Amino acid sequence: MTEPYHYLLMIVLVLFTLTSVAALLIWVERRLLALWQDRCGPNRAGPLGLFIVAADTLKLFFKEDWIPPFADKRIFVVAPAIVAATVLLSFVVVPFAPNLLIADLHIGLLFFLAMSSMGVYSIVLGGWASNNKYSLLGALRGAAQMISYEVFMGLSLMGVVMLSGSFRLTDIVLAQQDYWFIFTQPLGFIIFLIAGVAETHRLPFDIPEAESELVAGFHAEYSGMKFGMFFIGEYLGITLISAMLTTLFLGGWLGPVLPPILWFILKTSAFIVLFILLRASLPRPRYDQLLEYGWKILLPLSLINLLVTGAISLLTS
Amino acid sequence: METDSDLELSLSTLFGEGVQAAPSNRPKSCPTFWVKKELLQQVLSHLKHTIRQPFHFLYDLTAIDERSRGAFVAHRTTHADFTLVYHLFSYSRNAFVRIKVALQGDFPQMPSITSLWENANWYEREVYDLFGIRFEGHPHLRRLLMPLTWEGHPLRKEHPARATEMGPFRLWDEKQDREQEALQFIPEEWGMKKRGEDADFMFLNLGPQHPGTHGVLRIILQLEGEEIVDAIPDIGFHHRGAEKMGERQSWHTYIPYTDRVDYLGGVMNNLAYLLAVEELAGIEVPQRVAVIRVMLCELFRIASHLVWYGTFAQDLGQLSPVFYMFTDREKIFDIIEAICGARMHPNWFRIGGVAQDLPLGWNILISDFLSYFPKRLKEYDQLVMRNALFKARTVGIGIYTRQEAIEWGVTGPGLRACGMEWDFRKKRPYSGYENFDFDIPTATNGDCYDRALVRVEEMRQSLRIIEQCLYNMPEGPYKSDHPLTTPPLKKNTMEDIETLITHFLNVSWGPVIPAGEAISCIEATKGANSYYLISDGSTMPYRVRIRTPSFPHMQMLPYISQGYTVADLLSILGGMDYVLADIDR
Repeated sequence: MTEPYHYLLMIVLVLFTLTSVAALLIWVERRLLALWQDRCGPNRAGPLGLFIVAADTLKLFFKEDWIPPFADKRIFVVAPAIVAATVLLSFVVVPFAPNLLIADLHIGLLFFLAMSSMGVYSIVLGGWASNNKYSLLGALRGAAQMISYEVFMGLSLMGVVMLSGSFRLTDIVLAQQDYWFIFTQPLGFIIFLIAGVAETHRLPFDIPEAESELVAGFHAEYSGMKFGMFFIGEYLGITLISAMLTTLFLGGWLGPVLPPILWFILKTSAFIVLFILLRASLPRPRYDQLLEYGWKILLPLSLINLLVTGAISLLTS
Repeated sequence: METDSDLELSLSTLFGEGVQAAPSNRPKSCPTFWVKKELLQQVLSHLKHTIRQPFHFLYDLTAIDERSRGAFVAHRTTHADFTLVYHLFSYSRNAFVRIKVALQGDFPQMPSITSLWENANWYEREVYDLFGIRFEGHPHLRRLLMPLTWEGHPLRKEHPARATEMGPFRLWDEKQDREQEALQFIPEEWGMKKRGEDADFMFLNLGPQHPGTHGVLRIILQLEGEEIVDAIPDIGFHHRGAEKMGERQSWHTYIPYTDRVDYLGGVMNNLAYLLAVEELAGIEVPQRVAVIRVMLCELFRIASHLVWYGTFAQDLGQLSPVFYMFTDREKIFDIIEAICGARMHPNWFRIGGVAQDLPLGWNILISDFLSYFPKRLKEYDQLVMRNALFKARTVGIGIYTRQEAIEWGVTGPGLRACGMEWDFRKKRPYSGYENFDFDIPTATNGDCYDRALVRVEEMRQSLRIIEQCLYNMPEGPYKSDHPLTTPPLKKNTMEDIETLITHFLNVSWGPVIPAGEAISCIEATKGANSYYLISDGSTMPYRVRIRTPSFPHMQMLPYISQGYTVADLLSILGGMDYVLADIDR
């Protein structure tokens, strides 16, 4: 197979798989929440209620695509596209299995960090363009939250980079052949996990949308497929962070007996379920508490982690 | 403790002819004094500040339109077109006093007492809104419950009570514009500034449709960033005229309306109303009735607290507890349905009794629940109360002191959370609560977390009471043998014509309650709930006044939320545990 066709095929494959996964996650999340909350959840359409995925998607497509007259039209339209686009772009560097990835960039990790930081634009612009006070409050909260969690999200990963000596994600995976980085970098793992939840603004870090306070926060004015983009963006974000956690700390596709891709899927799914479990069990901290927690606890911890890792790797080398 | 005669002596030596004690023919009734209009402020100030064992608590303030009292006028020593009624309560005496002021004229004026009590503010606005009585010196006298565009004052006797008397409703374009215009919030009208020192304030309209307000409540927030500079609750969206409806319902047919006042409290509302009716009628209910009533009230207290528990956690972003708690509430409703036949609004208590005897097997249902629920409560402690994030959101938020609570008229768990050990079930027992063994849970800090602690512990105490009901349910009739019991007993109707006639009249017209006035006071789910009933000796109440706990609690919102953030406001609202129908009636 020639190079361009290979790329094209991979892109189509990844795009198709990811959007299906994101849509399927609607069902997974609702069923799991229902299970943990002593409810039934969607169980009517199709086997186990699986067709709810199709029904939800169709519904979103056929909803009136309404732009409020007081909104800033162009930005209002662009904002939801940004979130989906940046998350999808991040997947370019994710190694699903040996040779099963789109681009094996030597700055893969940096590319991922850069792309996930772009996501904040969609919240800020969406909230701002809606010209609604609730959206504005949500957007401001979102900006503050994502910028502060961005800082140590990157720092927490530097330990992994030191140990593997590369920003290339395949190298990082291969560096974990003896032991996973979750064992050598437990602190980094935890900090990245927390930052990852904040990055996807899921409960308990969902203060930009904070249903009981800000109604829906930054996407209060969105409907139809534009809302759908935020929705898909959120699920893609969960998948991305789970995939990254797998790649960086759980040895990616590595594992005995089963084929590599299956190992990757298993590990990623476990994290996705963890994300949903978090949502089912935790309350939401206050906006200032969240920032305080980020700057005063997590940032120093990630710096300490960095220093200790550096010292140890100097000593052992 | 000073007696009522001391109170009378103290008032008459100080104010002489200006204060007159109203005669009462019932031994238990609340001491009542007629006070001359111009002396009112001095008398109230004396009662609040200088008298020994003072009356710190303005329990209720309302008015009566006296202009269409029938031939059966009782207790009418002063000629009045309107009467203002002030109910004061003294925690040190454990006693109420009723101060009445006679007003003449169709639209009388009255000096305001907002300088004496903070919580007089809304009460006076309510009286102005519903009666058209103006209060001089009130800082912001405008309509509270009715829309600003409403014509007339609904509780005046000339105002129609039925929509059919008002002609068909039409919403012309101009009228719609006018209504919408009236909803505009103009900060200057409230004495607010639009600009702070270096920036404009943001005015955020929270509600009436908002997931965090649990009903149609509108709060206008003046924000600096996310910090609340001021918050103005706009109530009345849930106003259904429950007090006006009382004036055109028979004493009996009004009971279902009471269910819907604190709609989470169910039959507990029946009890507050019936205690006042039974006091007027002179009915003593049989032991069994009292215990049945207590048992159902406590079941409803748990059900109501469960709704609060779940939604409070949900307000703070915790998604799951509300499902568990509603499941448990459903179990309580199963019991209530088996006993009463309905769930939320059973309308099950009757004048002088209850609708039916307990069904066979009720004790099995109750004992099943008693063995099931404590384990769940323990689980919820782990899930919610001991959750670090939950604590971070509630500890130290929305604090008020005991003095502030009394000044603003806070009752119930909100009062007990600031260290005041006061429960009307214990201190002024009704319906036989004195025979039960239970504690009054208290806490010390008066913040949202402590209010939650008190409520959770109250559920355990309610379980104790229900358990005692289960094992000590007296035998006997479920209705009292009294001519005014409704529906009346039928045992002698087929034997002599007199009883048949009485029975027929009671069933067709409803009972005729002797003239007089009475106030009940119960510890409802959210605080002190009272019905102040006035009978002019006919088949319908002359005036029904419902004193609800949520009304003063909501009035306090601006005071306790200033300086906190929007997120904290949700904690404060959740910790308050109000019901919109309980505020607006």
